[in-house]
Amino acid sequence: MAYSEKVLEHYEKPRNVGSLDKHDETVGTGLVGAPACGDVMKLQIRVEDGVIRDAKFKTFGCGSAIASSSLVTEWVKGMTIDQAMELKNSQIAEELNLPPVKIHCSVLAEDAIKAAIADYKAKRNK
Amino acid sequence: MTLTLPIFMDYHSTTPVDPRVLEAMLPYFTTAFGNAASRNHSFGWHAEEASELGREQVGALVGASAKEMVWTSGATEAINLALKGAAEFYKEKGNHLITGQTEHKATLDTCKRLEKMGCTVTYLPVDKEGIIHPEQVREAMTDKTILVALMLANNEIGTIHPVKEIGAVVKAKGALFFVDAVQGAGKIPFDVQDCGVDIAAVSAHKMYGPKGIGALYVRRKPRVRLVGQIDGGGHERGMRSGTLNVPGIVGFGKAAELCRNEMVAEAKRIGDLRDKLESKLFAALPEIYINGSRDHRLPGNSNISFAYVEGEGLMMAMKDVAVSSGSACTSASLEPSYVLRALGIGEELAHTSIRFGLGRFNTDEEVDYVAQHVIDSVNRLRELSPLWEMAQEGIDLKSIQWAQGAH
Repeated sequence: MAYSEKVLEHYEKPRNVGSLDKHDETVGTGLVGAPACGDVMKLQIRVEDGVIRDAKFKTFGCGSAIASSSLVTEWVKGMTIDQAMELKNSQIAEELNLPPVKIHCSVLAEDAIKAAIADYKAKRNK
Repeated sequence: MTLTLPIFMDYHSTTPVDPRVLEAMLPYFTTAFGNAASRNHSFGWHAEEASELGREQVGALVGASAKEMVWTSGATEAINLALKGAAEFYKEKGNHLITGQTEHKATLDTCKRLEKMGCTVTYLPVDKEGIIHPEQVREAMTDKTILVALMLANNEIGTIHPVKEIGAVVKAKGALFFVDAVQGAGKIPFDVQDCGVDIAAVSAHKMYGPKGIGALYVRRKPRVRLVGQIDGGGHERGMRSGTLNVPGIVGFGKAAELCRNEMVAEAKRIGDLRDKLESKLFAALPEIYINGSRDHRLPGNSNISFAYVEGEGLMMAMKDVAVSSGSACTSASLEPSYVLRALGIGEELAHTSIRFGLGRFNTDEEVDYVAQHVIDSVNRLRELSPLWEMAQEGIDLKSIQWAQGAH
């Protein structure tokens, strides 16, 4: 199975690899997937005034999973939380030309951003 | 020596045709193109002679006589013929078969088909090295057991089964012993007489011969009977109709002869290359694990789990190197390798496995290149891996509530 050029590009030069301080009040962390399933994504956002100012990720998974999470960090920077909540896995799959067997990678990326936002909101509501 | 990319290190999947094999085959496409079944002219006679020489050569590799070899289109067909043909012929005697959980799909799927047709099949578990022990076979056998089907060496982990000891058990109980020798034949010594084997499958393209030709050894004394599964023409003593693939047979024969003559030196050379690859990887990378058996495996096999790095992602990083992975992502099912699972390896480690298969044309320089490429790629991907980060922070990954079965 050949990878699309966009998947290869993100895989070769992943954007926003790294970690933010998960104890920081302005940081939301999403950790989704499972090692036993072969995919784990950690996606973190730093939020100021309702806007995502920074995003970082680390992913254990195939090239499509790495590319999906890299793409999402790129997209959500500058979005408001509400805009980021609207992100759909189908947009990710379309942008990266993912084949059907790799759609779950885009689903995981959508789950990851939603989980990061939920974590951020939970921290704010404490 | 200059290095040519990409590097092929997936010799369990297939092998290139040895130039000496190709040379032997070429006349049989053009000038000596006869049908081996043509009895009335020299074209046919020549083709038949070539086919008989091939039988001798392939037979000699496994300790069989020429008359005991049946040509097929490949090992999958040979395995189908062995299992279905024996189950059908011996159905009055019994309907029970025994095989192993780590067998090739050609065996497992054929067994599943036979179960639908009324047979019962015992799938023996393996130990953590992938080995089935003779006592397990003895305990599983009943008076309805007609056939025990096991592989000589496993295609993923290279584990070599104690076929001689198992053969003695099977014979004592009066059943037939079928050995799938596809991965082992030509690589390690294997003799059907010595091991008490009644039926054995071999394939040319795993031993530097062409694709599209395989053979089934079917014992003559005492005679083993199989019901042919492909009708028409009655070729191959009625066991496999169809015009013989003479160029393929000639190539298979030559390939088998080369393997037989060069096996000892080649096994040593390839085993040394494999050991060098492993020692380089183990010196540079923590938390990597050999899957299978260190002591009882094919010389060219190295199946390694690189913890915290997903196998397909790793293969993508090494795009100049052809290897294979037990990771789920390589299959549509999203299930990791059933062979690794049978060893008791956790799914999380099964997803991180890479199978290196070294062979005849790999060089020392290639091993150096591949080792460095793997080391660099694993280090890069571990920097990208949240699991590696958590492990470094001392977090026990098993303590985390993962969303299992999310997809």
